[in-house]
Amino acid sequence: MLKYILKRIGIMVPTIIVISMISFAIIQLPPGDYLTSYVAGLRQMGDNVDEDEIAALRERYGLGQPIYVQYYKWVSGIILRGDWGQSMEWRKPVKDLIWERMALTVALSLVAVLVSWFVAIPVGVFSATHQYTIPDYLFSAVSFIGAGLPGFLIALVVMWVAMRQFGLNVGGLFSQEYMVAPWSWPKVVDLLKHLWIPVIVIALGSTAGSIRTTRANVLDELNKPYVETARAKGLRERKLVWKYPVRVAMNPFFSTVGWTLANLISGQTLVAYVLSLQTTGPMMLRALMSQDMYLAGSFLLLLSTLTVIGTLISDILLAWFDPRIRMEG
Amino acid sequence: MTTPTQHVHKEVRERQALDRDIEESDGTIGAEEERLYVASQWQLMWWKFRRHKLAMASGVILIIFYVVAIFAEFVAPYDPEAYFASFKLAPPTPVRIFDTEGKLRPPFIYRRDRYRDEETLRYSYIDDISVRYPVKLFVQATPYKLWGLFETDVHLFGIEAAREEQGVFLTGADRLGRDLFSRLCYGARISLSIGLIGVLMSLVLGIILGGVSGYYGGRIDTIIQRVIEFVRTIPNIPLWMALSAALPPDWPVIRLYFGITIILSLIGWTGMARVVRGRFLALRNEDFVLAARLGGSSEIRIILRHMVPSFLSYIIASLTIAIPGTILGETGLSFIGLGMRAPAISWGVLLQEANNIRSLAQAPWVFAPAFTVVLTVFAFNFLGDGLRDAADPYAR
Repeated sequence: MLKYILKRIGIMVPTIIVISMISFAIIQLPPGDYLTSYVAGLRQMGDNVDEDEIAALRERYGLGQPIYVQYYKWVSGIILRGDWGQSMEWRKPVKDLIWERMALTVALSLVAVLVSWFVAIPVGVFSATHQYTIPDYLFSAVSFIGAGLPGFLIALVVMWVAMRQFGLNVGGLFSQEYMVAPWSWPKVVDLLKHLWIPVIVIALGSTAGSIRTTRANVLDELNKPYVETARAKGLRERKLVWKYPVRVAMNPFFSTVGWTLANLISGQTLVAYVLSLQTTGPMMLRALMSQDMYLAGSFLLLLSTLTVIGTLISDILLAWFDPRIRMEG
Repeated sequence: MTTPTQHVHKEVRERQALDRDIEESDGTIGAEEERLYVASQWQLMWWKFRRHKLAMASGVILIIFYVVAIFAEFVAPYDPEAYFASFKLAPPTPVRIFDTEGKLRPPFIYRRDRYRDEETLRYSYIDDISVRYPVKLFVQATPYKLWGLFETDVHLFGIEAAREEQGVFLTGADRLGRDLFSRLCYGARISLSIGLIGVLMSLVLGIILGGVSGYYGGRIDTIIQRVIEFVRTIPNIPLWMALSAALPPDWPVIRLYFGITIILSLIGWTGMARVVRGRFLALRNEDFVLAARLGGSSEIRIILRHMVPSFLSYIIASLTIAIPGTILGETGLSFIGLGMRAPAISWGVLLQEANNIRSLAQAPWVFAPAFTVVLTVFAFNFLGDGLRDAADPYAR
């Protein structure tokens, strides 16, 4: 098992290195270096620019030096000092801006994954054991629609209905008074109050997909001889279904949790934009729009790394649940 | 609870249904059986596909959509940029065939009058039932050049009234008083074609890389598989956003269009490559491939002449399923302002107007592009499902 995990981590490291290169390339994409536009922005606002400070920044990020030196300085800054660069638009270090947003994004995605499993597994199993009944058709139809509808359109509809019917603005994750307040217990409660609408919107697509996967997998398993054997032995139907076929049918869930997470984070970007959530999506979009590249690149790097870690976790889970994979590796 | 026996029964029933279909379509059974045996693979697929009603209906809807996109200038009653100064955010004008007295008439619309609400100071519109404008087919209105080639002024439908007086707005007007239906027709061009072109680009990449991967196997296969896994780990929407933000803002529409298409297919090819690789792996050891190799065919001939035709139907089916992703990608990117930009018209660009919750509450019809997008996506999904079932006519 340990050997297997080490091997997976061994694969993970080069992946993250390549991701960091791509993120760095994206930081470099806009013409000119960021410091020049930073200084221009400051001058435009009538600020006095300290030449020493500019020189210090130039030295720190290796601007004007060959590209690999810049890359090295950027990466080593992140690893050694936790320095993600400077946000031009916010005029703050990137590291002061990203972590709260990342935490909210991760929390939202994890809650959405859990909610979608919590709903999808029982429904999928029910659909499979009651194949070709009316509830099965109903669930299948709903899951088909849910899987086809893009989240951001659902979010728009939800906003519209809430506005129209209840005169509410359901956007955002916090009430007005907690928006900039430091973290406290009432703020968490406030967050929970606002969380459910985004969670439902985000989880809908993956729930629909999971229902279809569960149903198909359980159906496959139900026709196998070992189920017949267990039934012939006189095992109660409920126990029989949940103990064996469902367990086997769960495998794809663990193996795809990494991608599910990636899809959720990805799909969430647009939903967050519509619902104006304080997650990574809207901030990254704004950063891209204003060419605040260190901020945008950091988000891309972090989000991608997150999904790589997600994949690692799912591989480990899969190996833990399924000895065949563990032994092979 | 289905048992294996029930499963077999189901298969038998389906088989019989297929046979019956074929019998009904011709007549005599003997001739029928023979027809089944001599039918080409494509004919069998078509017979099977025809039984999937939802897929057939989706196919018809998509054909209509694409015809509208191709003849946008003709179908749209107005120029997409034409302003109706006195019809800003005007609601849809329903085309009626009964007047207020319940009398049947040729299709017409009532005159719209604008008034200012005393309390909210907002403009509202009211029907003036004393004036009717008949809606006619093939009316002569604004001149245009179809595909920039043929000059004409005939539109599919419209009313004969000056622009200041009245317009026919099937799906309402936008903030600037432009006819939303006309804009939808023009928007269909970009939105619908980007799906096809994007997927074709992914297909080319997917077939080359997936084919190489599956045909040669070994180390090349491992490398390509790693690359695919890698591309799939990067969350695609943030990557799309980052890449399209890098497109210069002063690019003309056509270049932007290809830029966005390339960005979308840079990720899309991985799915295609997996399908192609899977088929190659399955077919590589088939007898007919071995026979062709022993017969002295070149590698490229084996691939193109023997292997590709046998999984072409799978490719077409998975292409169809991949199209909605590209269409949604463009819509999403344009919606957040990183994809196509005005003056380009696409459904995503039109949807930008719906992101303002106030204008959405005041004028829900600006949400119309969402319906066309969703309809297209579902139609492609159903069509793809039908094609996938039909792709293997010998199964079941």
